[in-house]
Amino acid sequence: MSTANVAAKLEGKFGNLKKTEFRGETTLTVPLEAIHEVAQYCKEALGFDYLIDLSGVDNYGEEPRFEVVYELSILESNTHLRLKCAVSEDTLEVPTVSDLWPTANWHEREAFDMYGIRFSGHPNLTRILMWEGYPYYPLRKDFPLAGKESNVPEVAFTKPIPLAGGPFVTAPSCGGSDDREPRAKPVG
Amino acid sequence: MPELVPAAYDSKIEGNIIITRLDAAVNWVRKNALWPMPMGLACCAIEMMAAASSRFDMARFGAEVMRFSPRQSDVMIVAGTVTYKMATVVKRVWDQMAEPKWCIAMGACASSGGMYRSYAVLQGIDQLIPVDVYISGCPPRPEALLEALMKLQNKITTEPAIMDQKMELLDSLKEYAP
Repeated sequence: MSTANVAAKLEGKFGNLKKTEFRGETTLTVPLEAIHEVAQYCKEALGFDYLIDLSGVDNYGEEPRFEVVYELSILESNTHLRLKCAVSEDTLEVPTVSDLWPTANWHEREAFDMYGIRFSGHPNLTRILMWEGYPYYPLRKDFPLAGKESNVPEVAFTKPIPLAGGPFVTAPSCGGSDDREPRAKPVG
Repeated sequence: MPELVPAAYDSKIEGNIIITRLDAAVNWVRKNALWPMPMGLACCAIEMMAAASSRFDMARFGAEVMRFSPRQSDVMIVAGTVTYKMATVVKRVWDQMAEPKWCIAMGACASSGGMYRSYAVLQGIDQLIPVDVYISGCPPRPEALLEALMKLQNKITTEPAIMDQKMELLDSLKEYAP
C-alpha cells in the first residue's frame, strides 16, 4: 500500500487532517483529540506495524507551542507516514500510543523527559535520561545551553557549565539555525 | 699485616637485611601493587582495556589486577564522560574504596568535561573527588595511561606513608615512649 493510498484513506475516514508533502514524504497534521483514534486506525486497519520514532518539538514563541511527531512505517511495503499533533503549553497532555506500539513506551518517556509533555495512559511515565527530581526540561528552547543549577540530595546536582559566552550559545527562538546558533558570533 | 675482622658480621643474616625508612618501604610496596578500580564510562575505557592487554601490559607496573569491587582497589581510573546522573555513583564507589586510595582522571572528559559543554555532564571529576593524575587526550593512548601510572608511582614514593596516615596510632603509642 503506497503512502498516497494510505493518506487518502485516512483523509476519507477523518476529514479534518491537514496534509503536507515535502520531498516525497507525507505528513498529516492530526488534532489532539483524534490522535489516538488515527494511530489506532493506522495500526489496525492500515497495517502500520512499526513506529520508527516518536519525538517532541518545541516551537517556542508559537501557539500551540509543542508538537509530537510520529513516524510510522509498514515494513512489508516500505510505506512511510508522518503524523504530527500540536499541543499547547497549557494542557501539554497527549494520549499515549504505547498500547498500540510498545516501542512508544520509552520514546514517550524521552519526550516527557526533554519537553515535559505528559502522555496520558502511559504505564510508567518517568524520566529516562535525566534523574527523578530534576526540575527542568532541557530540550525546551528557553532552556539555556549551559544548563541551570539544581540539587537533589543523594541523587544528583548540576551547575551551569562554563561557556564564557562562547560562539555556540544559542538564542531561544524557533527561527532557523542561522538566527539561533550564530556560529561566528564574536567572542567577548 | 693484621688480619681484618669485620665487626659484628653474621653471614647468616647479612645480605638479607635492608635498612631503610618505614615510609619508603611501605610506599615501595604500595606503588608496585596498584590495583585499579576501572571506572570505564566511555571510549577511554577501550584504551584502558588495551593498556591492560598483552601489547601494552599494565602488569609490568603491577597494575593489572582490575578489581570490580571498590573494597579491593587502590586507584580509581575514571575513564570517560562523567554525566551528573553517573557522578554520584562514581562518588559512592570512591567512598567505598579503602585508604590509601588514588584517582587518575583519564582523558579530556574526566579531567574537564572535554567537548561535552553540556547541561548533563559534570565538568571534571575533580569537582567531586580528589584527582592525583590527569591524562590529556581524547582518548589518550595506552602509553599515556602507563605514563600516568608511573607518575602516580613517583607521587606515592614521596608521600609520608606512616606519619600522616597513622598519626592517631602514633599518638596512642606516645604514652609508652620514655
